[in-house]
Amino acid sequence: MKYKDGVILAADTLASYGSEARYKDVCRLKKVGEYTLLGGGGELSDFQYLSDQLDEMADEDWLNEDGCFMGPKEYSSYIGRVMYNRRSKFNPLYNQFVVVGKKKDEPAHLMYVDHQGTAFEENFVATGFGMHLGIPLLRNSWRADMSLDEAKALATKCLEVCFYRDCRAYCKIHIGVCNGTSVDISAPIPLNHFWGHGAWTEKRLEDDDPTATW
Amino acid sequence: MAGTGAGYDLSVTTFSPDGRVFQVEYAGKAVENSGTTLAICCKDGVVFAAEKFLLSKMLVPGTAKRIFPVHRRAGMSIAGMVADARQIVSRARSEATQYFNAYCEEMPSELLAERLGLFMHAYTLYWSVRPFGCTALLGCVDQETKKPSLFCIEPNGMVYKYQATAEGKGKQAAKTEIEKVLANNPELTCEQALMLVAKIIHKVHDEKDKDFELEISWICPASNYEHAQVPAEQRKAAEAEAKRILEAEQEDD
Repeated sequence: MKYKDGVILAADTLASYGSEARYKDVCRLKKVGEYTLLGGGGELSDFQYLSDQLDEMADEDWLNEDGCFMGPKEYSSYIGRVMYNRRSKFNPLYNQFVVVGKKKDEPAHLMYVDHQGTAFEENFVATGFGMHLGIPLLRNSWRADMSLDEAKALATKCLEVCFYRDCRAYCKIHIGVCNGTSVDISAPIPLNHFWGHGAWTEKRLEDDDPTATW
Repeated sequence: MAGTGAGYDLSVTTFSPDGRVFQVEYAGKAVENSGTTLAICCKDGVVFAAEKFLLSKMLVPGTAKRIFPVHRRAGMSIAGMVADARQIVSRARSEATQYFNAYCEEMPSELLAERLGLFMHAYTLYWSVRPFGCTALLGCVDQETKKPSLFCIEPNGMVYKYQATAEGKGKQAAKTEIEKVLANNPELTCEQALMLVAKIIHKVHDEKDKDFELEISWICPASNYEHAQVPAEQRKAAEAEAKRILEAEQEDD
């Protein structure tokens, strides 16, 4: 989501293999060029492929030595075009991307791009279950002038809700911040989760009762 | 210069009776008549400098560069026909990128230099193309060991590894100066080298030639071990100091 001085992006650290939570320490956020952050959901290999292509583009941008680098607008537009053309050739990159960034004094930029080539700009977006569970929370609480800490807290809360309610989520996250001068991806942050609810801990069944609780 | 080939110099596929390929030597002449360029491996990196002749007062400063980045930790400074050199820079860039795509590791400098040598040499083998009229000074810093290295790739395809070298008009004088500098300062850092390099270029500049702009770039800790043009203030300060010292030396003479 955008905040007062830029944009943040948060993702959990899970790479699933179907239903198996296979790799639990994966960073799904990627710094692209100088000012942009790419968050990828969906097929991890396609995310890695696109990341490598974008790194090559960033290196060519750097070779120009002209004092200016491509920013989030340029990269998100390029990614959007790539995704649309791949789906039109029936060979999609199976991902939902969030491309965020802030280039120096330009306004913060946040774009959603997915495997169908859908691309739109917004103040806050989410992919996967985040769309269903997180967006309502964001709609309620997001303000344009949020501070960095408020934005981080809101993102963390959304991902906590996702962890509680989405069977395929995980309780460790990365938060990436783009503030116009630098792009920083945090170390993995463990989420707080509470399982001491009465519904979990109280005994509902009497001993020897073979029936289920529902 | 005309006529010394006596008919053996018309094509790059012809040897002379004394075993020379004149066309390749003539390509070297294009290098010898260009502005001086030099490069030095310092203790902590590589410094490149070029004497860029200003063909007109209307030229925008900082354009028509003679020093090009090849990849993050490699740069190339050119003596000779810069238009020819762009092909070589472009080839060096693709070699480096393709190597990284294949091996996920930055291309070793010796390998890159060898590839460029083979590339330039290939153009001396066929009648239908002409040799490149430029020499490339390829300077690299290894990503892990931070060790600098410098290679000189000539129009005939020879590759030499140097501690420091110069090419172009003032190369003999420049090489002598560089040897003196390195003898006095074996632990020379890139920051220290800035002023010395500016001094060498100014010293070997022939007054009869046009005005020139000093182009310096480096790969060193100050640039985060990436190839970068030396910041304008530092370059100007180095040049001013160099001119001051040269004037003082001339007064002493």
